[in-house]
Parts: sequence; C-alpha cells; structure tokens
Amino acid sequence: MNNPHTDLSVLGVFSLLSLLAIGGGTAVLPEMKALTIDAHHWLTDSQFRDIYSLGQVAPGPNMLMVIVIGYHVAGTLGAFLAFTGFFLPASVLALGSSRLWNHFDGSPWRLALQMALAPIVVGLMAAGTVAVARTAITGTETTLIAVAVFVLVYFGPKMIGKKVNPALYIFAGGLLGYLTLK
Amino acid sequence: MSVKEPPIPAPPPEPGAPQGAAATQVSILEIFITFLIIGGISFGGGVVAYLRNALVVEKGWLDEEEFLTALEISQALPGLNATNMSVIVGDRLRGPVGAIAGFLGMTLPGGLLVFALGIFYVSNHGNPAMHAILAGIGAAAVGLLAAVTVQIGHKQLEHLREILLILITVVMVSFLHVSLVLVLLTVLPLALFIYRPGRGEVDEP
Repeated sequence: MNNPHTDLSVLGVFSLLSLLAIGGGTAVLPEMKALTIDAHHWLTDSQFRDIYSLGQVAPGPNMLMVIVIGYHVAGTLGAFLAFTGFFLPASVLALGSSRLWNHFDGSPWRLALQMALAPIVVGLMAAGTVAVARTAITGTETTLIAVAVFVLVYFGPKMIGKKVNPALYIFAGGLLGYLTLK
Repeated sequence: MSVKEPPIPAPPPEPGAPQGAAATQVSILEIFITFLIIGGISFGGGVVAYLRNALVVEKGWLDEEEFLTALEISQALPGLNATNMSVIVGDRLRGPVGAIAGFLGMTLPGGLLVFALGIFYVSNHGNPAMHAILAGIGAAAVGLLAAVTVQIGHKQLEHLREILLILITVVMVSFLHVSLVLVLLTVLPLALFIYRPGRGEVDEP
C-alpha cells in the first residue's frame, strides 16, 4: 500500500507544518486541516476530529496525533515519517538557535521579536480553536460539552481556588460522548 | 531504544556547550529518564508546569531565570514548547547527545501510546461507541483550547494594537483561509515594525 510519492508527501507536509508551528501545535491546526483534508484528501473532516481527539488522551507533547495521521495515510512508515517530519526540523532549529538566542541577550530586537510574536500566537491559537470547533461541534450535545469545559477551566479555579488537571475534563468529555452520542 | 546508550564517562566539556547551573556532569541516561517521566505523566497539556517542577525544583539543573530563558526561546521558535524545551535543556546539560536523549524521552511514552491507539482506531473504523467517545473528547478539547487561548490572550486584550493584531491573524486564517506562510510573512513584519526598538514608547535598557 506504500507509494513512495505518498510517503514523500507525508514527510513534506509535516516538515512544513513543523517550521510553521509558531507558538505551538494549535497554531498549525488550520493549515494541517487544509493540507490533509482539502489538498491531499488523506482524511475526512470527522476523521481529523477523531484523530485529534486520540492525541488528547496521550501524555507529552499535544501534537503526537500526527503519528496517527501518518499511519492512516501510509501505515507504519507513514507514522514514522509524520513524526519525523513534524518534530525533527523544529528540534534541529531549536538546537541551532538556542545558543544564538543567548548571544542576543539584552538586544532590543530580541525583546521586539518577543513582543511581536505574543499577539500573533494568541491569534493563531484562536484560529486553531476555531478549526477544531468546526469539526468537533456538530450539535447540541457537543456544544454543551464544550461550553461546560470552557466555564470549568476558565472560571473553576477562581471559584474553588484550585486548578484541576485538564486531563480530567478530556476524560469526562469522552464519557459524556459515550453516554449521549452513541 | 536509546535506553541502551552506555553512560559516557565524563568527557571534557563539549566545546560550545554552555555550562548551566549544574555543577557536576549529568549523565545522558539521567537526562533521558527525567524527560521520559515528564513525557509519561504530563496528561492534559500544561507540560511547562511539569518541566519546571522536574528541572528547577527536583533536579536543580536550571535556576528560575535559566528556565524562563529556555522557555522564551521555545516559544519564539517554531515547534512545540515541550519538545523545544527537551532539546534546549538536553543541549545545555550535555550538548547535542543530551538534546537527543531529552527529545526521545519527551516523545517516546506519548508517541508509543498514540501509535497503539492509532492502530486500534484504524482497525475499528465505524465502531459507534469509539466515535461517540472521540466526539465527546473533541468537544471537551474545544472548550479547553478556548479557555487556554482566552487565559493567555487576556493579558493582551487591553491595548488596541494587540487586539488588532490578534483579529487580523484570526480573520486571515479562519475566515479568509490565507495560508499560514503568507500570514506569517505579512503579520510578523507588521508586528515587528510596531514593536521595533527605539520607537520611543519603551525605555531602552
């Protein structure tokens, strides 16, 4: 089932996404959807939602779900290529530039870059949230689950004076999905 | 797996590897295991809190300021904070080999679990219970992402220019479907121009 052209596309798509992931994984979700669903037709909208959700269950970096996209498209090799593509370029860049960054300690441009990136990162996170919402919010039940989690995460700590591990909300969402959507 | 890596007998400090707060040489295996634990228990996002606890509080490999600097770099660069931190801190401690050990530790537990779940997912396609659970998780993730975005954005929703930059970015990506490359190539220079050094608003150091 492996077609070298597809394998290369998987590697290429995720390498590009790796270098575009300014401000974390959420920032590239709209582009990832556009490339994997609209451009390459590797996934349907609801498969993207399912695979994104699978990634939420695992510990560690929250974009390990690229492994499942790769596996879905091109088997075990695809899983490896998607992982390598998504994590290697950015990691090599991080290795190369952290020493450079220290070199610019105190430079006014370093501060300018940080200040310039901050609102862009928030904008990209908001766009990433919109991208997931467009596939994950499909009716009354999913709307209620999303609103409830938002309220609990955003206002909960102020009310009970304690932060709850977000993983609990993810598992509660899965349970509610099982009970109401099956 | 790289667990087999023999602990290298303390070589002379690698050229160019800056020495951190750690006075003694940390072994590659210890770097790997430390990040393996973080990568294995950091459920539900928020890896930064786990990293700070392990690297600053428990191991004392970095002090608060060094941790914040590493985090700043991780955030300014492409890639995920979690993996960028593992690479940067691993490199600080033991050069590129340390970086590889940190990265593999960070990604291995979650990566293997996701891979196993992916195999299960692909072979159980069409199972209504599985899709219902994933739909519920997806909905919960939307609420979580929205809350985190508002929490982070809250600090910036005071100044008009920040709100405008956020709005321009969202409109371009979510509604005009402009490719991310183009968005970054246009909005980032604009933002850099707005915040350029010496624009007369912020005191120069």
